Amino acid sequence: MAQVSLNNIRKVYPNGYEAVEPISFDIADGEFVVLVGPSGCGKSTLLRMVAGLEDISEGALSIGDRNVNHVDPADRDIAMVFQNYALYPHMTVRKNIGYGLKNRKIAAVEIEAKVQAAAKMLNLTEFLDRKPSQLSGGQRQRVAMGRAVVRDPALFLFDEPLSNLDAKLRHKMRIEIKALQRRLGVTSIYVTHDQVEAMTMADRIIVLNQGRIEQIGTPAEIYHRPASTFVASFMGAPPMNLIHAQCRDDRVVTNGGTAVATSPISGPVTVGIRPEDVGIGESCVIPFTVDIVEELGAHRLLHGQLDGQDFTIHVAKDVAVSAGPTRMTINQDAVVLFNAETGLAL
Amino acid sequence: MTDTRQIPVAKRPLKWARVLDHTILILGSLFMLIPLLMLLQTTTTTDLETIKNGPELVIGTQLDDNFRAAMFTASGFSGENTGLRMLMNSMILGIGFAMGKIIIGMMAAYALVYFRLRFATFAFWLIFTTLLLPLEVRILPSYEIAQKLGLLNTYTGLILPLIASATATFFFRQFFRSIPEEMVEAARIDGAGPVRFFFDILVPMSQTMIAAMFIIMFVFGWNQYLWPTMVTTDEGMYTLVRGIKQLTQDLEGTSIPEYGRANMLALIAILPPVLVVILFQSWFVKGLTESDK
Repeated sequence: MAQVSLNNIRKVYPNGYEAVEPISFDIADGEFVVLVGPSGCGKSTLLRMVAGLEDISEGALSIGDRNVNHVDPADRDIAMVFQNYALYPHMTVRKNIGYGLKNRKIAAVEIEAKVQAAAKMLNLTEFLDRKPSQLSGGQRQRVAMGRAVVRDPALFLFDEPLSNLDAKLRHKMRIEIKALQRRLGVTSIYVTHDQVEAMTMADRIIVLNQGRIEQIGTPAEIYHRPASTFVASFMGAPPMNLIHAQCRDDRVVTNGGTAVATSPISGPVTVGIRPEDVGIGESCVIPFTVDIVEELGAHRLLHGQLDGQDFTIHVAKDVAVSAGPTRMTINQDAVVLFNAETGLAL
Repeated sequence: MTDTRQIPVAKRPLKWARVLDHTILILGSLFMLIPLLMLLQTTTTTDLETIKNGPELVIGTQLDDNFRAAMFTASGFSGENTGLRMLMNSMILGIGFAMGKIIIGMMAAYALVYFRLRFATFAFWLIFTTLLLPLEVRILPSYEIAQKLGLLNTYTGLILPLIASATATFFFRQFFRSIPEEMVEAARIDGAGPVRFFFDILVPMSQTMIAAMFIIMFVFGWNQYLWPTMVTTDEGMYTLVRGIKQLTQDLEGTSIPEYGRANMLALIAILPPVLVVILFQSWFVKGLTESDK
């Protein structure tokens, strides 16, 4: 168990491409941090640098109290779970889990005991003598977890471990991984492009975009107070509504002349409103045209237009709606204003 | 209660195209098989009968005698080149050639794929171009080198100069490249160094590929004719493929050619490659088409 510290870590490839701009953050002991971002944002590169699979171009990385910039992956006291599990196909589950220990010259008896303990924790005991090809996706995933757990590392690294599973299993494994991490209390870095995984699993989320950190915060902070329009549109499904507007006379007015919020500043802004922070009803004042109603059972999504700009509203299942003009109201506490040019929150 | 009713199967109408297909196939296989059957027939009769009547439909009684002659009687002067001896030499050549190619090929491919070498691609293409330079092209210099190293009439001389070639390297390179990168990374995190990774992970994962290569290379090595003819002058070092030639050549002239014996030897020479292919067939297909990654 250990805290991890990244100090101006940077990655430049030999061809000059800067995959990761200098990045700094600390991870507390036992914390579960999720790196999230679109593909190509540098999140996997960052993780691989922490793992030691990629060289760190600049900056200092420490795990525990030790600088590990030039330490071999095997000696960093880490364990990694890969996207395609990377199980050794010719080894049984037992050997797969124990291989890392065997290479560390640990006595066979001790390896067996540790493998048994890990298998028990992950409900793999009955599969110990099977080969990976005889296991289902979820079981393989658990073997990959077992391989990580058995080493009792200071740091877990997860590289999109659930993206090869179907939706139902993904949901289940999400909870299992989170529970396991809680139980073991091992510091973890988890990379994903799935914002749902990030929201549900993280103690803290780090949103990356084009090799830069967009925002670091708890899931609630990231969701309710996005630091930029990028974070606002990346996190949440459906994403935050982003509307072009002008601030004047303490009011935020859309190009069509509708006042949607109040603000003391003046000039062009982008207004961020979460779909669920909107109510509809005939007594409200803001006009809204419903184009399509998406029925999701527990709730409905209304896709439509606010003064000619795309807008989505999330309503409870008992709200009766149909396509056509209606009126809405916006929860003013939940409105976030962004600089229209830089996209940063004001 | 189980439902015992059967789903009615529509009788397929006889299609003439299908009949034609099979006729062609049957004719083709007869074309391939008849020479072999003729060979088999002559091994059961005396040489005199073969000369008098040519191939017949009768199965004779000489199978045993011809077999003994082929396996245990030496032709030539030294008395060393019995069929058994030549069979052993061929085996050594076939197995040594196949193993040597596999080992060299795997190691070269390992270096090319998994290590950041300065001129890896260039090195690979250099190796690859040797495909354009088969033994026949470089036979004189190769012979001179073998001779100067004192490798004439040795198994080393028989096998070693044939091993260096691109095919195995190429196949293993392609195979290694299809193994996911994560496998290496997982092994690195598991603390496996280059040697461990090679023996613990790469070699077991390549099993089917190795088997496939073994078949191809064994048959290829077994059928070598030119090189063994060049480097082996000692009768005790003859391989089957060149020994048969010797046998028929020796006996032309005044005496009756030993058809039965030579043909028996030819049959024996066919058997090991056939057996290898049959035994490793499923591996062969697996190795070239899929792999359990």
